[in-house]
Amino acid sequence: MNKSQHKQALLRLGDDALILGQRLGEWCGHAPALEEDIALTNIALDLIGQTQSYLSLAGSLHEDDTQTDDQLAFHRIERDFQNLLLVEQPNGDFGDTIVRQFLFDYYALFRAEHIASQVFDIDAAAIAAKAIKEIRYHADHSSKWVIRLGDGTDESHSRVQKSLNKLWKFTGEMFTVDEIDIVGAASGLLPDLDSIKTKWDSAINAVLKDATLKRPEDGWMQKGGRSGIHTESFGFLLAEMQSLPRAYPDATW
Amino acid sequence: MKEESGNIGKSLEAAALIKVVKRQLEDVMDPELPFLSVSDMGILRDVIFENGHTICIITPTYSGCPATDVITKEVLAAARVMDPKSEVRIAMSPAWTTDWISDKAREKMTKNGIAPPEGLSHDRAFLTGDDRIIPCPICKSRDTNLVSPFGSTACKASFSCNKCLEPFEHFKCI
Repeated sequence: MNKSQHKQALLRLGDDALILGQRLGEWCGHAPALEEDIALTNIALDLIGQTQSYLSLAGSLHEDDTQTDDQLAFHRIERDFQNLLLVEQPNGDFGDTIVRQFLFDYYALFRAEHIASQVFDIDAAAIAAKAIKEIRYHADHSSKWVIRLGDGTDESHSRVQKSLNKLWKFTGEMFTVDEIDIVGAASGLLPDLDSIKTKWDSAINAVLKDATLKRPEDGWMQKGGRSGIHTESFGFLLAEMQSLPRAYPDATW
Repeated sequence: MKEESGNIGKSLEAAALIKVVKRQLEDVMDPELPFLSVSDMGILRDVIFENGHTICIITPTYSGCPATDVITKEVLAAARVMDPKSEVRIAMSPAWTTDWISDKAREKMTKNGIAPPEGLSHDRAFLTGDDRIIPCPICKSRDTNLVSPFGSTACKASFSCNKCLEPFEHFKCI
């Protein structure tokens, strides 16, 4: 893996966390209960923290001079972001937010477990080792909510099933292998996505069973985030997230 | 010979400097738990001597903990009282764990109404297990319940006591 590919691999880790963190931050002051408002923004805080670490590391691999995490988060354009389409999906209702979180958490957890154990990039390993503790807690929270909503009332069951059906088409992208995944896995930095898929399937299936929810069929899968082709709502997210640093370019995190 | 004794002189100087810087840092408190020092919390890992000055090694608690910036600045300011060239180094590995919180610090947490982490971080049941028992820091009752796995800061969860009915925070075991 060359330097530019190494940087891209780290950008993906940072971008996934950044965009989901930004989405969760939108719940601040709007969640269905005070405790959940605090929970969602706490998760956002962990994700933004992971972002800062990964993007700083990615920026240190820039060709000419070092880029800061601020420059990477706030001064890149839409096509330069490589996050999964799943994490940029609008918050929707609470069920949509929880299902999005649940589907991502286990992917992020198994990916972080791999990164923490590799030696190609020991700085990334240190960030991942710390992140694992946080992600495990997020996964526990989102799973319990999926179970509570799925195995709850008729209303909560049907709505969370609808969220699952709606978001399922974005799960294929997590396991779609491209050039960065191939060279990343060859260097040891990135995991073999097939093995992550096996673990993810079994974790997701176990929770869905407890939640009495039906796992949707793997039909047509939407992809594009990893190559910078995003869904419609992403531009609006960036416009809000980047407006302050773009108006005041010296502003820092 | 002359050079060797010079080195011994330097290493004595270094040891003395490390000692006074460490003592100075004992007064740097965690901004979110102002009754605990960063040393009690296991955030300040060590003070070493490199290239003619001291380096204070810090390990942040949570990735996004906003207190990390404040702690870095305050540690630097305190260290520079004794060694104007002192620097702070952030060590991410090994990751911070509540296992590093001293017993003294755990007692102070309880006194201040925060239930300290129970057990060791390698046992996940203490973090997310449904059977974990977190005693009330106020009335010591073991009959308590989890209100929310999250709380006012990244490091805490919200509980309430079924006996004295007081809400309280629990420092998560990570």
